[in-house]
Amino acid sequence: MTPFIRLEAIAAALPIANVDTDMLVPAKYLKTVSRSGLGRALLHGLRFDQQESEIPEFILNRDPWRASHILVTLENFGCGSSREHAPWALLDFGIRCVIAPSFADIFHANCLKNGILPVTLPRSEIDILLADSSHQNTACLIVDLVTQTILRVNGECISFKMDAASRDRLLNGLDDIDRSLGYKALIDEHEVAAMAAMPWRPFVSRARLDSLG
Amino acid sequence: MTFEPRTMYEKIWDAHVVADMGGGESLLYIDRQLLYEVTSPQAFEGLRTAGRKVRRPDLNLAVADHNVPTTNRRGGLAAVEDEESRLQIATLERNAAEFAIPYIPLTSPRQGIVHVVGPELGLTFPGTTIVCGDSHTSTHGAFGALAFGIGTSEVEHVLTTQTLVQRRSKTMLVHVDGPLAAGVTAKDIILAIIGQIGTAGATGYVIEYAGDAIRELSMAGRMTICNMTIEAGARAGLIMPDEKTFAWLAETPFAPKGQELERATADWRMLASEAGARYDRTVTLDARRIEPMVTWGTSPEDVIPISGTVPDPAKEVDPERRARLQQKLDYMGLEGGSALAGLPIDVAFIGSCTNSRIEDLRAAAELARGRRIAAGVRALVVPGSGAVKAQGEAEGLDRIFMEAGFEWRDPGCSMCLGLNPDRLSPGQRCASTSNRNFEGRQGPGGRTHLMSPAMAAAAAIHGRLVNPGKLEA
Repeated sequence: MTPFIRLEAIAAALPIANVDTDMLVPAKYLKTVSRSGLGRALLHGLRFDQQESEIPEFILNRDPWRASHILVTLENFGCGSSREHAPWALLDFGIRCVIAPSFADIFHANCLKNGILPVTLPRSEIDILLADSSHQNTACLIVDLVTQTILRVNGECISFKMDAASRDRLLNGLDDIDRSLGYKALIDEHEVAAMAAMPWRPFVSRARLDSLG
Repeated sequence: MTFEPRTMYEKIWDAHVVADMGGGESLLYIDRQLLYEVTSPQAFEGLRTAGRKVRRPDLNLAVADHNVPTTNRRGGLAAVEDEESRLQIATLERNAAEFAIPYIPLTSPRQGIVHVVGPELGLTFPGTTIVCGDSHTSTHGAFGALAFGIGTSEVEHVLTTQTLVQRRSKTMLVHVDGPLAAGVTAKDIILAIIGQIGTAGATGYVIEYAGDAIRELSMAGRMTICNMTIEAGARAGLIMPDEKTFAWLAETPFAPKGQELERATADWRMLASEAGARYDRTVTLDARRIEPMVTWGTSPEDVIPISGTVPDPAKEVDPERRARLQQKLDYMGLEGGSALAGLPIDVAFIGSCTNSRIEDLRAAAELARGRRIAAGVRALVVPGSGAVKAQGEAEGLDRIFMEAGFEWRDPGCSMCLGLNPDRLSPGQRCASTSNRNFEGRQGPGGRTHLMSPAMAAAAAIHGRLVNPGKLEA
């Protein structure tokens, strides 16, 4: 995972509440067996018309926002389906940071697994950043995870909070699986104890499944 | 040392913590993972790249459902015409074989939607933890299992370690008191709850459902409630296991037998939340006041009783909300302030992990018996699994539906999402028993109204939205 330390980039305003993951990546793009190449799928219904031509008015189809690495948006971003294709598409397009008043639970977790920084801010500060990211002259933001601040073009700073464990993982680009494998002895121990506590828990072999007919 | 009374969620959580990782994170043991073709290929690829193994293949189960066409199931993989879909299903088969994971092939009489098949086989037990790379994993909470949807990176994490890194959720008690009015179903209850608390109303919480109205529901109804818990933003939904749960489980092929079942049942009785256990939030609904519900907009929270009228943007003072409301109405092709009853439909879809169990099909068949669907309407009935389909045929439901003009199809996710050939065309209006009415969810430009199986069947027969309790002979 690519670490997230500091990002100086164009931010795009997406002032829509409850952006669901079907909107972020429509179902027809879920047939891939790969993590990469989903950039075109991102917000497809907002970016392209039915002839697959760009909709010129949409912010991500305009300069300088074509090169956005930050998205500023509204409440409950990423609700609905658990599809990790949503953060994969954001990454493939170039988005490394999403700033919103609130996020859906699974999407938030999926961002952290992919080196995308989800920043939660009160609505009043979101409104300031939405205004900034709607205008070419103010759209450049500096998001710094070390100091946990967002620097605006006018020099003003907005602070944000993030739990220490997630922050540490993003700053260092750490893989969760390696860390969890470090607990192997405790997992082994738990498994033995659980077997004794819940002997009725079913294990499934292919043979037993096949025998059911 | 004093012991605080604990909720069911806290008991299950405590029993599964492998380690406190610091910073509020715990390593949680996962008793079962369900896998399907869409969200697993990248996880297996990750294992291969890192040279890792699957820790416990016997605690996983794989079945394809999202991409599967709902016709010609006997033709197996070769009958899947869409090349990408076929490749994705073939990849699941190959991964299951390579990592020795139990797999239900397309041609098996048990194939079906993962959240229908799991409980049916007896792989969903009270007090266990269950995950799947699908948000509707919350379904399994109907049995008192802590079950939730995860992303593909987390699927890979579970395959490798049989654990997940988790933070403890807050707890919400949703109490639904009193008897339900005639003709009101589990679907109406959960739509009413989502309408009340909103689509992000339970973000950060695990919901426990309680009250007479929940206790009175069948296991199928309880699964419908827990299934749509994710539509309120919650991590998971839970219902206390009771005699209905135990009786249901005893019939399943993987359930323990004899003394082992007695031991298990005794354990499951201990799961109930204790008197005095504290919840972070409590929500109460009066079941007697819940009417048959239907959505009008593009989020499950956009829901009203079938007797109601669509919100009017002219009456909305906040300009942002007014604009958003107008957008939704434009997408749905509706006038603000208009009635939903009487609205003509093009398609009726009875199926999905929300409402494709035998009880759902019986409720729809009751309405369809001896009637005909309206001219110009297409109506699909898609059983949730091969077992549901076989049961439906044994009861003669297939004949009732087909004589009424409904299509009786093979099991799969079908028209719940536009990932297989069952899709809406742009502008088509659908009476749907599924769980999401997002823009384009059932096909680009499609217009979805969520409702119960009875209301969807009634809509097919009348050719328009109607209160199923008021359907004339």
